[in-house]
Amino acid sequence: MIRRAILKAVAVPGHQIPFGSREMPLPFGWGTGGIQVTAAVIGPGDVLKVIDQGADDTTNAVSIRRFFAATAGVRTTTRTTEATIIQTRHRIPETPLQEGQILVYQVPIPEPLRFLEAREMETRKMHALADYGIMYVKLYEDITHHGRIATSFNYPVLVHGRYLMSPSPIPKFDNPKMNCLPALQLFGAGREKRIYAVPPYTEVKSLDFEDHPFRAETVAQACAFCGAESSFKDEIIIDNQGNRLFVCSDTDFCRQNRENGQIFLGGK
Amino acid sequence: MYVAAKGGEKAIASAHELLARERRGNPAVPELILEQIEGQLFLAVDRTMGEGSLYDRELASLAIRHACGDLTEAVFLLRAYRTTLPRFGVSLPLDTAKIQLRRRISAIFKDLPGGQVLGPTFDYTHRLLEFETAARRPEARSDLPRNPKSQNPSEACSRAVDFLNAEGLLQEEIAEETAAEPGDLTREPLKFPAGRDVRLQNLARGDEGFLLALAYSTQRGFGKSHPFVGEIRSGLVVVFLEPEEIGFAVEIGEIEVTECQMVNQFTGSATAPPMFTRGYGLTFGKNEKKAMAMALVDRSLQVRELGEAVDSPAQDEEFVLYHSDNVEASGFLQHLKLPHYVDFQAELGLLRGLRAAEEKKREDKEDERAELAGVEPGDRLRGFETAGV
Repeated sequence: MIRRAILKAVAVPGHQIPFGSREMPLPFGWGTGGIQVTAAVIGPGDVLKVIDQGADDTTNAVSIRRFFAATAGVRTTTRTTEATIIQTRHRIPETPLQEGQILVYQVPIPEPLRFLEAREMETRKMHALADYGIMYVKLYEDITHHGRIATSFNYPVLVHGRYLMSPSPIPKFDNPKMNCLPALQLFGAGREKRIYAVPPYTEVKSLDFEDHPFRAETVAQACAFCGAESSFKDEIIIDNQGNRLFVCSDTDFCRQNRENGQIFLGGK
Repeated sequence: MYVAAKGGEKAIASAHELLARERRGNPAVPELILEQIEGQLFLAVDRTMGEGSLYDRELASLAIRHACGDLTEAVFLLRAYRTTLPRFGVSLPLDTAKIQLRRRISAIFKDLPGGQVLGPTFDYTHRLLEFETAARRPEARSDLPRNPKSQNPSEACSRAVDFLNAEGLLQEEIAEETAAEPGDLTREPLKFPAGRDVRLQNLARGDEGFLLALAYSTQRGFGKSHPFVGEIRSGLVVVFLEPEEIGFAVEIGEIEVTECQMVNQFTGSATAPPMFTRGYGLTFGKNEKKAMAMALVDRSLQVRELGEAVDSPAQDEEFVLYHSDNVEASGFLQHLKLPHYVDFQAELGLLRGLRAAEEKKREDKEDERAELAGVEPGDRLRGFETAGV
């Protein structure tokens, strides 16, 4: 049943497919959609990586990885390049994904229009008619009020020029990575009972205006551990004086850099 | 220096160990056995089975003990188990006229065939704590009378609403013949507009507190509701299954249920004549409050069928059906405890940017104004200070 929904989702990129989501041993809102999608596509030969906030060692990522190691008996890894399936919450790995890999997103609210229109019957109509006016009006209002689009994560995208889609709450920093990605991207929303997908090499465009083109945020600080400048950072408060440290949110990317000799020796 | 910003496997394992220890309570006191929960906290068991959509007293008791008495958590445990079970088929509709009555009351007729049967109920008790029982030590008792067997178990007891039905004053319940089987939310996602079968299933699984509040809101004017308790009955009913292969009904067991039929005044609309309309509630075990709340909400959700206007939350099908499930709700609410560093970091960046832009705009504007007025920035500050004196 879930595989059928996934096939349909891949065939209609960005379109939300309802499915009979079940209770999982983890609570709704904690990755049950991702878990069901991963469980539906995983096989004995797969190598699974699970990240939350970009990191393999966050508690929920640990918990989900252990769940699959115990129930599916698959090999797990923390290395992006080794994984065939990566289940993620809130990030896309910094290391570019390849053909044959599957990125499974955990999605809390699959409907990109939900906070503009609470009713499913209305939003379904809007998708059917590709009527995304309210979203453009919202972005326009942001620009008139703030001079820019005031959405920093879960930034709406248009898939294959047709369906408006929520990229899940990834920072908009990650949005450009979705475009024409060689890997298959699957999205599972367990509580809301929806699956959607972006097939490999599909156009994913972050919404914008001609005179206000989309801009991913830039990261000003280099990583305190590996020195990487281009990666997304976690800001960590290190003492009661409120001093801060910036480190890569993607722990595997950070590790690679350090192993390749890009070690930052400053060590505050 | 190293900052332990992320948790690990060890932390999880220790947390679970702590929980197990806390769950056990004082080790000098014997652990609760399931028979005690099943036999003495049966209303908690009934609620857990109802919202857990699984009729199994023992497993519900186990879930309650495992959840340390948190019924929402117990419901979740039961549901997570339930979803692993195969589905053999759909039973025949329960015939609640053939119920083995424990309790039966009607608020619309003083007396009726079958009579009013009060049964075990909190109604009319004085809610006074029995302090003298607090210090009682656990002991088995054999001197108490056993529960009396219900009378005439085989005799059918017609429902109070059937008498109204006979007069044609009551909205007719017409079975929807479009689907061979009733919908099942545990296998198919909710779709709108939702059929009555799916709505009732959703309400039966729905959170008691949520339905209670919604039902209450209709009584207080958020939704037109003028309900009468047509009848509440509870007792044991037999469940029949008719497997295709053998072609006749087989009794597969007995379950305890509470059924509520609400009768609502209705003055008619453009599409429906004046009549009494009805709401239906059914729960596992003894759960009158939930059955009544369910019946009120079932009625208020019939706006579409009865051609009424939707002007309150309890009439709004998407609002009610999407938010009634406490397993979904508590999971999503509690996921806020999961790390959100990445999104928060992105928001921090945005907010800092917005504030910097605003600050710059304000400074530019002030400079411009000062220039126009020919005032030095310092004078402007002084003027501001004296204004407060």
